[in-house]
Amino acid sequence: MSENTRRDLLRTTVIAGSAAVASWLEPRAAVAEPVSRRPVASRNFSYFSAPEIVFIDAAIGRLIPADELGPGAKEADVAFFIDQQMAGSFGRAETWYMQGPWKEGIPEQGYQLKLTPAQLYRVAIQGTDDYCRRTFNQATFAELGVGDQDKVLHGLEKGEIELVGAPAKEFFAMLWQNTNEGFFADPIYGGNRDFAGWKLIGFPGPRYNYVTEIEQYGKPYALPTVGLMGRNESAVRKG
Amino acid sequence: MVTKLKSVDVVLVGFGWTASILAKELADAGLQVLAIERGEFRDTVPDFATTHIQDELRYAVRGGLFENLARETLTFRNSFDQTALPMRHLGSFNPASGVGGAGVHWNGQNWRFLPTDFNIRSHTEARYGKNFIPADMTIQDWGVTYEELEPYYDKFEYLCGISGQAGNVQGAIQPGGNPFEGPRARAYPLPPLKRSYATVLFDKAAKEVGLKPFPCAAANTSQPYKNPYGVQMGQCTYCGFCEWFACGNYSKSSPQTTILPALLPMDNFSYRTLCDVTRVNLDSTGKRATGVTYVDVQGREFEQPAELVILCAFAQHNVHLLLLSGIGKPYDPRANQGVTGRNYAYQITSSVNVFLDNNMNPFMGAGALGQAVDEFNGDNFDHGPLGFIGGGYIALWTTGGRPILQQHGAPEGTPKWGSGWKKSMQENYLKSASVATHGSVMSYSGSYLDLDPTYRDAYGNPLLRLTFDFHDNELKMSKFVTDKAALIAKAMNPRSTKINYREGHYSILPYETTHNTGGAAMGADPKTSVVNRYLQSWDVSNVFVMGSSVFPQNPGYNPTGTVGALAYWAVDAIKTKYLKNPGPLVQT
Repeated sequence: MSENTRRDLLRTTVIAGSAAVASWLEPRAAVAEPVSRRPVASRNFSYFSAPEIVFIDAAIGRLIPADELGPGAKEADVAFFIDQQMAGSFGRAETWYMQGPWKEGIPEQGYQLKLTPAQLYRVAIQGTDDYCRRTFNQATFAELGVGDQDKVLHGLEKGEIELVGAPAKEFFAMLWQNTNEGFFADPIYGGNRDFAGWKLIGFPGPRYNYVTEIEQYGKPYALPTVGLMGRNESAVRKG
Repeated sequence: MVTKLKSVDVVLVGFGWTASILAKELADAGLQVLAIERGEFRDTVPDFATTHIQDELRYAVRGGLFENLARETLTFRNSFDQTALPMRHLGSFNPASGVGGAGVHWNGQNWRFLPTDFNIRSHTEARYGKNFIPADMTIQDWGVTYEELEPYYDKFEYLCGISGQAGNVQGAIQPGGNPFEGPRARAYPLPPLKRSYATVLFDKAAKEVGLKPFPCAAANTSQPYKNPYGVQMGQCTYCGFCEWFACGNYSKSSPQTTILPALLPMDNFSYRTLCDVTRVNLDSTGKRATGVTYVDVQGREFEQPAELVILCAFAQHNVHLLLLSGIGKPYDPRANQGVTGRNYAYQITSSVNVFLDNNMNPFMGAGALGQAVDEFNGDNFDHGPLGFIGGGYIALWTTGGRPILQQHGAPEGTPKWGSGWKKSMQENYLKSASVATHGSVMSYSGSYLDLDPTYRDAYGNPLLRLTFDFHDNELKMSKFVTDKAALIAKAMNPRSTKINYREGHYSILPYETTHNTGGAAMGADPKTSVVNRYLQSWDVSNVFVMGSSVFPQNPGYNPTGTVGALAYWAVDAIKTKYLKNPGPLVQT
């Protein structure tokens, strides 16, 4: 069991306990009522500093923006997801081979940086904000208009922007990968809030049995979205 | 300090598919059998419960069931004028760690190779002439024929409870099956899986362009099944979480669902987990193995003596252990001498994304739920005018619709991120499918495994070094098969298609397949093979090597069916020939 899952399970247990206490004080219907989540601003981030979160929220808000189709990555708490990933075994590259010597390879040889993913974020966020301040009259990335933000993101993606301490391309690839993950991973990992990603595309979540439905060709799947912790994921995460 | 343990009859290195088969068969024969596994013990209950196993981030993306590269990886380069660098994290292929091996997290796509795959060199020379094979292509006959392996394919299929439609029963072509397959003694144990909408559309389109589609043989059970070891499986529920996951429903064939319930209670079988085998120990003559050395989770070193040592680790790990132990002469590509590490091969894949008008519900599926055509595989078509060797199958699989890694791409011209990307995801996720090609890779003098001169594993041993690239033969073949796939895709009447040719150099990422082969090739000639036709080391006759490491080149099918058949073939030879008269089973 990953640390995140264990932590969320503990939270669920605590919630279930307090709900049980509440049930004989209040009308039963109130127990099933989802409790609103704490605002994003008061989340307990584990790895990123407040200015780093401001950067990430701004960047992922452009990668998957809120629009007429629904919430974007920022609204889906993807910054919190990435924070939790960086604080965990992935951010520390715990299952990666991280012995030297370190050499620059050809693209076919894949990732060859000495930086762990968490270190890459730290160095590259600093580098991107430094670049923005130099280029845009002292403004940080988050302070730019969306047009300039998109230009910077394209510049990172293509490796046209030089960052001090980390290759821009590798950083963009990591940021996009993690944003995608946070938008579509099960909500137990802190992103995909209210199943925003899954509802956008029509994925019903990890359901177990389609023995009948698989032969109902073309028919939309009718049952509501579920996560590993059930149907109403907001109840899992409060507290 | 090394602690010497009490000797056993048989020590198996690894505890995945092949080790489980050998353990059961050899324990049934009365031998004292020990399996040593580097990973953890894991079983359907409690490790694979559906309450947590359907977690794409944890298992598919972060690789919760895969090997941990922090301790050991390999280094990689495209050609020997480059410096190999470590594969820092998994990408192109995903070997496992833990009991059940990659048999826990596979899709269950189960194939037999074609009869001509086993004698590819002699067959190609006979049909197209000696000059048809490029000078640096080192393909060779296997030393075993399809006819010899047929009963053992059958054994593995009845072990697994394969769901499928036979194409050729004792020479009689069966309607709805693969007409190109070699003759089989009897039909599959279970009927084919139910079909998804997208596979029905593929089937219709393939027929329209004049091909003969058939349901892919699946190690996902279409019905409840009890196998010859008395182990019970349940019907697949099409939940769409097979590959990269374990099955919580006893519906995907794995060591856990087909063998372990019968094996683990046996008194003469035991296993040790979290133990890394670091050497096969040889006596002073170098002709006989005395057992293995392993390191446990506390770092303690043990010597485990055994009469018979059988390497059952994942393909390249077997080769690594052979090289570290000095079994077989290491292959030297410059001198074109030696055998161990020679003839590494892989798979070449491509796809055509299909964007349709109707709702495909891609999240309903099973790992081996697919419809395929085999007209362009192996030597099922005339290669003469085409100028390449090999081929591949074309299939539409509906393995699942997990949203992070199974997005099926986006139509041409879609932005990579932003509102345009988001709109495309919303419009296409439910209405897309992918026609895949899965092709052969021949072996070449420059594609091989050896020991890296620089990088080390956690025990200070040199890492394995992989030198591999795609050759013109494979790229040409893949282009040919991909164009055929595109014809089928177009006949599905889609809104649009997007062709993803395989081009350029082989890359260690992103993911392609976990079909790594060779390095311990089998064959009839000790100058070009590590093991003989019974998978027995030519040099050390009480060492056998299992798995796809013995493939001399890689045909156009998924390897597991043949890996299982070869394990049963080899263990039959051990039981009926070797045990009666220990020593080389083939005289040189």
